[in-house]
Amino acid sequence: MSSDRAPLVELARHVKILSRRDVVLGGSAAGALIALLASRPALSAVTEAVPAAPEPPPTVSSSRIPVSDGLTHSREFDDALNAILGDAEPAIGEPLTLTLPDLAENGNVVPYTIAVESPMTDTDYVRTLHLLSTSNPQAAVAAFHLTPATGKAMVSGRMRLAKTQDVVAVAELSGGQLLVSIRKIEVTIGGCGNE
Amino acid sequence: MASKTRIKLPEKTAVGDVIEVRALINHVMETGNRKDAGGQIIPRDIVKSLLVTFGNVTVFRAEFGPGISSNPFVAFYMRVPGPGELVFVWEDDAGVRTTERTPLLIG
Repeated sequence: MSSDRAPLVELARHVKILSRRDVVLGGSAAGALIALLASRPALSAVTEAVPAAPEPPPTVSSSRIPVSDGLTHSREFDDALNAILGDAEPAIGEPLTLTLPDLAENGNVVPYTIAVESPMTDTDYVRTLHLLSTSNPQAAVAAFHLTPATGKAMVSGRMRLAKTQDVVAVAELSGGQLLVSIRKIEVTIGGCGNE
Repeated sequence: MASKTRIKLPEKTAVGDVIEVRALINHVMETGNRKDAGGQIIPRDIVKSLLVTFGNVTVFRAEFGPGISSNPFVAFYMRVPGPGELVFVWEDDAGVRTTERTPLLIG
């Protein structure tokens, strides 16, 4: 670490790392920060803030996609998503869209529409659409397998949602590309009968 | 257990049109998460798949989980290849199949 920088700038840099990175990096960054602070007695007043700096990470999933504010993604969801994505890096958003109401009074019957802008030709079509829940007892809600004969990559239906959560759609294209779309939905009365 | 089904297609189609197909089957879609009054878990019982074919060509296939609402309904699209028959086959957890055949009318 460069000792010629202003100490507070240096500190701010490390605090930022701590709050952003996940558990794996958190440990080493915290160690670096403590070492930094220990070597600079002038900053001891700030030291008390150090233990509080990392947000409690164990409940934060290792999800590879953005998580909406105030929500978490279940371990089962992460596993299901990883099984679909493999090592591939998905594109977030367009041309995949997931349409849901912003608010569902009744989590037992929530309409959804998944759509991809695709020519649906023999060489360029959407192979599979996955619908995943981040907080239902079972993450895999549905999978739809399309073919060029499908003509248009759009599927609608009705799903159950146990509580307020992110709903995630994943599209697998014939060329191997992966698309992800995430929608947060408020659920007033949960479905799934898991109460 | 054969279940009641409902298929909806446009009344008039032409070859090459991309049409919406709506398919519903009456089914409880019991999740396996619920308990009855006596505290016993109600066993899971869901329709797990729908296969739609035209001739011998698969047009659309759906896999359903417990997160799909009861009386699973799905709407999808297909390009009309010509006159013929659409065959819908739903299969439940027990392997029981429900088949529905719907003519695709041209003109």
